[in-house]
Amino acid sequence: MLMRDLGIIPARKADSAGEEPSPIVNLSRRAFVGGAGLFVLGVTLAGCSSYVEPEIDADAFNLPEPGASPLTDVKGGDATPALWIAIERDGTVKITCHRSEMGQQTWTAMAQIVADELEADWDKVEIVQAEGHERYGDQNTDGSRSVRFNFHRLRVAGAAMRQMLVAAAALYWKLPAEQCSATGGIVSNTQNDETLSYGNLAELAGKLEIPAEADITLKTPKEWRYINAEIPSLTVPRIVRGEGTFGIDVNRPGMVYAVIARPPQLFGRVASFDDEKAVAVPGVIGTVRLPDAKPPALFQPLGGVAVVARDTWAAIEGRRALQIAWATGPNAGYDSDSYAEQLKATARRSGKVRRTRGDVPAALAAAKTRVSAEYYAPHLGQTPMEPPSATAEWDGDRLECWACVQDPQSTRATLAEALGIDKENIKVTPTWLGGAFGRKSKPDFVVEAALIAREVGKPVKVTWTREDDIQHGYYHSVSAQYCEGGLDADGKCTAWLHRTVFPPISSTFDNTVNEPSDGEMGMGATDVPFATPNLRVESGDAKGHVRIGWLRSVANIYHAFAVQSFAAELAHAAGRDQKDYLLELIGPPRKIDPETEGAKYGNYGASLDEYPIDTGRLRNVVEKAAAMAEWGRKLPAGRGLGIAVHRSFLSYIATVIEVAVRPDGSLAIPGIWLAVDAGTVVNPRHVRAQMEGGTIYALSNALYGAITAKDGAIVQDNFPSWRLMRMSEAPRAFEVEIIASDAPPGGVGEPASPPAAPALANAIFAATGHRLRTLPLIGAEGSKLKLPAKQSA
Amino acid sequence: MAITLKINGKSETVDAAPGTPLLWVLRDHLQMTGTKFGCGVAQCGACTVHVDGEPTRACVTPHDALEGADITTIEGVSGDAADAIRKAWVANDVPQCGYCQSGQIMAAAALLRDNPAPDDAAIDKAMSGNLCRCATYMSIRRAIKEAASMV
Repeated sequence: MLMRDLGIIPARKADSAGEEPSPIVNLSRRAFVGGAGLFVLGVTLAGCSSYVEPEIDADAFNLPEPGASPLTDVKGGDATPALWIAIERDGTVKITCHRSEMGQQTWTAMAQIVADELEADWDKVEIVQAEGHERYGDQNTDGSRSVRFNFHRLRVAGAAMRQMLVAAAALYWKLPAEQCSATGGIVSNTQNDETLSYGNLAELAGKLEIPAEADITLKTPKEWRYINAEIPSLTVPRIVRGEGTFGIDVNRPGMVYAVIARPPQLFGRVASFDDEKAVAVPGVIGTVRLPDAKPPALFQPLGGVAVVARDTWAAIEGRRALQIAWATGPNAGYDSDSYAEQLKATARRSGKVRRTRGDVPAALAAAKTRVSAEYYAPHLGQTPMEPPSATAEWDGDRLECWACVQDPQSTRATLAEALGIDKENIKVTPTWLGGAFGRKSKPDFVVEAALIAREVGKPVKVTWTREDDIQHGYYHSVSAQYCEGGLDADGKCTAWLHRTVFPPISSTFDNTVNEPSDGEMGMGATDVPFATPNLRVESGDAKGHVRIGWLRSVANIYHAFAVQSFAAELAHAAGRDQKDYLLELIGPPRKIDPETEGAKYGNYGASLDEYPIDTGRLRNVVEKAAAMAEWGRKLPAGRGLGIAVHRSFLSYIATVIEVAVRPDGSLAIPGIWLAVDAGTVVNPRHVRAQMEGGTIYALSNALYGAITAKDGAIVQDNFPSWRLMRMSEAPRAFEVEIIASDAPPGGVGEPASPPAAPALANAIFAATGHRLRTLPLIGAEGSKLKLPAKQSA
Repeated sequence: MAITLKINGKSETVDAAPGTPLLWVLRDHLQMTGTKFGCGVAQCGACTVHVDGEPTRACVTPHDALEGADITTIEGVSGDAADAIRKAWVANDVPQCGYCQSGQIMAAAALLRDNPAPDDAAIDKAMSGNLCRCATYMSIRRAIKEAASMV
């Protein structure tokens, strides 16, 4: 048997060096439940005596009804054990996960937190996916905050349940609770060899008072057995057999299948249509005209004509046969190429000051050297591998939906609004999400399914084809940025000006809004951590012409690209090492509050007391990543190292990328080294996976990704024209170091993305002397970097 | 017109329109949803099945061209190579969202069956038709090498 069969986890990232990963700790599911594996249906063997666990009759205790839960309002929300935990007679521990599982392993992470404090037997843990309901508190699975929002209250819920199980055992044994101890799903009598299993105790425990938070003892980090451990995923064993239900996999009795022809332009509409040929396609049942969308976009469907059929293929073929005359609407003039010039022009003019320190104009005027640069980044599509898909079923006035949604509560609210029915008559259950990256936080596709199902009187599954996904998305915002820096005679940066221009996400919700929001500005612009004596951050307005939406790490993408590229440009102008200069810009370890310099800064909804902007932690990841990459080593011609660092979603990440640029401009990425300080970590495996995934996701976008519009319609349509990185382009070496920390947990799903593109651009500069300021660096069609004719930096 | 297909060793009678790709016959007619839709144009590999052992894109393969063929899907793929791939996938927690992984496993199982010790170049060649937006590529590479050491 191989070591891996025993669940031995590599201590560090296995890399291209090909060496065997060294085992650190045996974490097989059996191993960390101790003797619990011997427990069979109420019978356990303890010591050398033969002990038969008695069956507890909870009713025999004649306990009064317990009072109301004292845990409905702990930090993070309701921690009432029964909301999160159900222990069955056979010992199965059902843990409710109210967040959506989309590959970030939230099922496993949430279960680890509860199971640890509960002292559950991990082998008996099962997940129940929560439907969308306010009783769970926030369910919006975005913003990299499932762990952050729920870490405390899920610990409390688990610990409260454990204490109730111990109390039940104490009651049964007529012992003080202190003489009972809970481990791995079993409560032991410390006075003898007797044990009681959680399954046996659960009913009695459920009749006891829930302890108040002040009476709950949480474990110390040293006592954790599942938290901060490499617990294997709860979903993977099913995935490898093709099991598990994604949104697109839902099946209901009598279900029919729909695809939709949507207007090519946002707020375009159907002028007229003829479905005669469509309904003649074998398998097509009929068509449904959907209501036109009206500004603002919100989470409305886009309108169009649905083709309903007995299978998805017939619906696709039927759609091909539809004849539709479109009215193009108010955005038909949108051309992203000419709009780019407009954005750049705005970025060259003074904007609205969003943070200021010292006197930037004076400092620039007095500077020995002035450096300026313009950056541009296009629209992007989230393009999860599973395109949007939803199934809706009506039962009279009641509606039930199953869909790959990031936020079942906003889905429910949107459905209620769109269909004019009470929310109480709507049930929404998230399936697994085949990736999401922000796309599936918008439930427009679920409304489509509900509307069509109401028309046809049968359960309906709406499937978006890849073309639909790419052409009718909620796009990452296009942006233009202008940076200017002043250096003194020693090359020190004395002035930092950063101006950013982009259509805000708010425009999707109020089409009159053109001004970047404080939230977007706080993603890499107003929270810039540099110590330069004069600093100014400005924004410029821009109008949205397509639906603008969240995409993994959001405004951090373009802000980090400009800020971290420009930091390297200043280093070059000063004749300094990029990494050393970056550390100098960051300055000494300290805590920053952008609000003291006029910014309105939300800090991802967290307080700066609990989650400060700590330049010491920022410096630390820079130094760590540089050491991992052996920064400063001599490289052959055409190779270069680039570094970038960024704090987002309350975590600190530095990334070093090595590129090899061939003389023809084609490129390879031999290695990536990343250091992450995400505070307390629930599962290092998940963190490493998100660091790899978030980095490659961003590199794929930076190299190839561009959603462009012509006459208001999206030009790209499928993977040939919307290009993703493939296996052959993945780096051979990718090392991740997780900084040990007892700080509160930060996010991990998104923050690896922002530093990736600037680290790459900085590496390309180091390799070639060419500074690339426009994304994508290659594009969908090409195979070579768009290197300028002359060096411009 | 109803035709009979041999899927995972079992005979299945399906009645889909002529030309309907195998993908939709599997998913919508037989409720075998392990095989995924990703692009419909043979660019992403999420729909990869084996036809007479060969990795095949179900989204562009008409089902009615497959009478008499041995069709294997993620639900049924077995053998030393497939078993080792599954084991290595689990040991390494390769999948993130998992949506593309049926296709990745079908491609990797065929690779390992035909080449018990694939090097990086062989892995690139066999696996580059399978996209993963979660970017599990590095994990896939590790797991294929680990699986190779098990077979």
